Amino acid sequence: MLTNQEQLLSKIASNDGHGENSAFFDGWKAYDSDPYHPTQNPNGVIQMGLAENQLSMDLVEEWVRNNPQASICTPKGASQFKDIAIYQDYHGLPEFRNAVARFMEKVRGNRVRFDPDRIVMSGGATGAQETLAFCLADPGEALLVPTPYYPGNDRDLTWRTGIELIPVVCDSSNDFKFTRDALETAFNKAQESNTKVKGLLLNNPSNPLGTVLDREALSMAINFINDKNIHLICDEIYSATVFDEPGFISIAEILQESPQTNPELIHIIYSLSKDLGFPGFRVGILYSYNDAVVSCARKMSSFGLVSTQTQLLLASMLSDEEFLEKFLAESAARLCARRSMLCQGLAQMGVGSLKGSAGLYCWMDLRRLLKAATFEAEMELWRVIVNDVRINVSPGASFHCSEPGWFRVCFANMDDETMRVALGRISKLVMQSNKNSESRKPCRRRSKLEISLSFRRLDEIMMSPHSPMTSPLVRART
Amino acid sequence: MTLSKKATCNSHGQDSSYFLGWEEYEKNPYDQLHNPNGIIQMGLAENQLSFDLLESWLAANPDAASFKRDGQSIFRELALFQDYHGLPAFKNAMVKFMSEIRGNKVKFNPNKLVLTAGATSANETLIFCLANPGEAVLLPTPYYPGFDRDLKWRTGVEIVPIHCTSSNGFRITGPALEEAYQTAQKRNLKVKGVLVTNPSNPLGITLTRTELDLLVDFIDQKGIHLISDEIYSGTVFDSPSFVSIMEVLINRNYINTDVWDRVHIVYSLSKDLGLPGFRVGAIYSNDDMVVAAATKMSSFGLVSSQTQYLLSAMLSDDKFAPNYVVENQKRLKDRHAMLVRGLKAIGISCLKSNAGLFCWVDMRHLLTANTFQAEIDLWKKIVYEVGLNISPGSSCHCHEPGWFRVCFANMSEDTLNRAVQRMKAFVETARAGFSQNQTRSGSRRKAFTKWVFRLSFQDRDGRER
Repeated sequence: MLTNQEQLLSKIASNDGHGENSAFFDGWKAYDSDPYHPTQNPNGVIQMGLAENQLSMDLVEEWVRNNPQASICTPKGASQFKDIAIYQDYHGLPEFRNAVARFMEKVRGNRVRFDPDRIVMSGGATGAQETLAFCLADPGEALLVPTPYYPGNDRDLTWRTGIELIPVVCDSSNDFKFTRDALETAFNKAQESNTKVKGLLLNNPSNPLGTVLDREALSMAINFINDKNIHLICDEIYSATVFDEPGFISIAEILQESPQTNPELIHIIYSLSKDLGFPGFRVGILYSYNDAVVSCARKMSSFGLVSTQTQLLLASMLSDEEFLEKFLAESAARLCARRSMLCQGLAQMGVGSLKGSAGLYCWMDLRRLLKAATFEAEMELWRVIVNDVRINVSPGASFHCSEPGWFRVCFANMDDETMRVALGRISKLVMQSNKNSESRKPCRRRSKLEISLSFRRLDEIMMSPHSPMTSPLVRART
Repeated sequence: MTLSKKATCNSHGQDSSYFLGWEEYEKNPYDQLHNPNGIIQMGLAENQLSFDLLESWLAANPDAASFKRDGQSIFRELALFQDYHGLPAFKNAMVKFMSEIRGNKVKFNPNKLVLTAGATSANETLIFCLANPGEAVLLPTPYYPGFDRDLKWRTGVEIVPIHCTSSNGFRITGPALEEAYQTAQKRNLKVKGVLVTNPSNPLGITLTRTELDLLVDFIDQKGIHLISDEIYSGTVFDSPSFVSIMEVLINRNYINTDVWDRVHIVYSLSKDLGLPGFRVGAIYSNDDMVVAAATKMSSFGLVSSQTQYLLSAMLSDDKFAPNYVVENQKRLKDRHAMLVRGLKAIGISCLKSNAGLFCWVDMRHLLTANTFQAEIDLWKKIVYEVGLNISPGSSCHCHEPGWFRVCFANMSEDTLNRAVQRMKAFVETARAGFSQNQTRSGSRRKAFTKWVFRLSFQDRDGRER
């Protein structure tokens, strides 16, 4: 029963479509109320639920310092102030659009060309997603999305637009790759409930999986949407976080190779928040091969244009070829190293993670730590991780994962030291869990030798030269 | 492969003459040196009079734009800051600035301020929060053409006009409010609120206390919301001084009542500071639920942290902000007087106004007939023959033909003079043609009518409009 106050507001304002009442926000709240700090709050919660790229900020900072005119803080820069302060044309500064197009090409190894006139600004990728949903679908219509997927999709694509998301279920049996069968199943399910499907949304590289789509998967997707005559939205916001083989293949490349595909069905979402690490600057990009969508989205961009002060800064930064070469290579190397540190550290504890070559997180397999293969058990384990282990990670259920036990763990928003502390805490959890499961096992005759051997092996793992536990810094503090 | 209805309809309003005039300007823009015969842009409500003040502040405070605080780099902090609650220093500076503009008669709580990407986003967001698709808001006419897009397009909400006329200087009256409400009822539209722009665009007048009292009584009685778009509040250059709706509520002891929770203010720095490119808008509401919902929705259009930081430094500078407001208002007053005087000298009067970046000009006597078609015909002549892009009243949903909005703050004095000279030449030619007709035979009258007819359908590029 709506209160009087709620009735005065819209349904959208009063419902939970923003997704923030979900239990998963408890992890954020735990972090916000007790954030980890190495000296001031060493027992605080370590934030591993935030997909931010902080590893290469020093390079960007250096560029900003060396290019003050781009920040309009020099006499030369200040004289540009008037022109950029009054510029509110929703086409965006031409130099900005050109620079973004060239940057997107560079990230794709210059294997494709992007037309700056098809670049539309938006309030971050968040704004781009919503705008595209408004352009492509009417309330009650639907988009198919492979699971697991970024939780923000629920808010961005459905909250104010009134459209529905229908999951394309993927599972660990084939490393969570979507299959033609899964696509067809989801599509048919929609038909059965009289829901019109307007498109398929792919996230490549994937959040939360950290994997890239191969040529086969992309071709399969393009054939599928072409057959059904529905749109294909490719969210490529992590495209420059690819640090290993297999490399990144953009839908733009597949489109180039598929002349039989209707290009008017293809749309790309991009942002500088992940690749460059600037979520604060709110740079979202919508790129469409469909003229009507470009035109409509551009008008809608009035609701979320990029500040011209920021456009100017980035137009300059993204045209600096030398800087970009260095940045992209260095960023990839640092992401690679950090991910290895995390995943190898986990492996040494017997915790697996999905093999991946991209993203700012890994998809961690904690299925064997669950008391039962249920989402209740996953939630219970998650609460232990947040409240007892004091790490905020994101449980698979928040990503609509079909199997319990998977967690997304972010690694690029902290320094090496914090990572070591986090690994230490996780290992304690694993050891405790091993002890618990040992004691839960039905009493069987095990030779004393076997038991002592298994514990000794764990000790060896923890104290090996490769183990994060043997870092001199960790030892010094304890 | 169809698109949504929103993509294929024209509720974005961009086929209206308001935007078409802009397109014509874009094709042939006036430039003193390079294109002295081009179209002068008088359809753009921009404040370009006081950039020198902003530029000198910037030159004296380079840290603010270079991501530094007290000489230390804070680039990283800003680059990562995406909290939709906004930079606290910026919100504090904004509420302080808003208070100063209201003569410090109103104090604002920064926690009730929601930052958005321009007032465009603020208005849309508020409507998303207050009304469901198919419901309605009442707006006094004439109103800013962009509202058709901002309030209706993606929200599915309807606008029902509150008709205001020249008979009383376009003031809002009780009967007009009631009539609009009844009209909505007859159309089976549930009215969720009233939206007023104060100072008004396109009229350039501040709402009187009488009008504000009427509005408060009306929303009290009907149990609906009031949105007060106060984005021109800092451009009030003459008496009467600006009275904010908040001030009226405080004076009438409405604090912490239901009505208090149903009044929301929209603000922006695009007009008062002349920074439309930076996309700084805000919603202020006393209702916590509205603040909470709007804050979440602001994710779709946050203000760049880089911009928040620069402007927080500028607006919290006690030596700068208050002086800027005073000097800017002085320059607006002078420029406004120049336009009014120039038009008066050629027999064209303006609605007496004390705010805004434009005049509401009365050209009814230049119409060939008292119709909107005649208004469009006159508008086309002014755009294509006279070379001035001004905004016809019909694009602002004015109830009477013959009124035009003419902007004066987005050009130099020279350009404004040039514009007035062009109008002078046009008016004198039209007058000469007309008076000649009076003294000669009917055949001359036919010739004049043919001339007017030819002018109105002859586009510069020959295309049918």
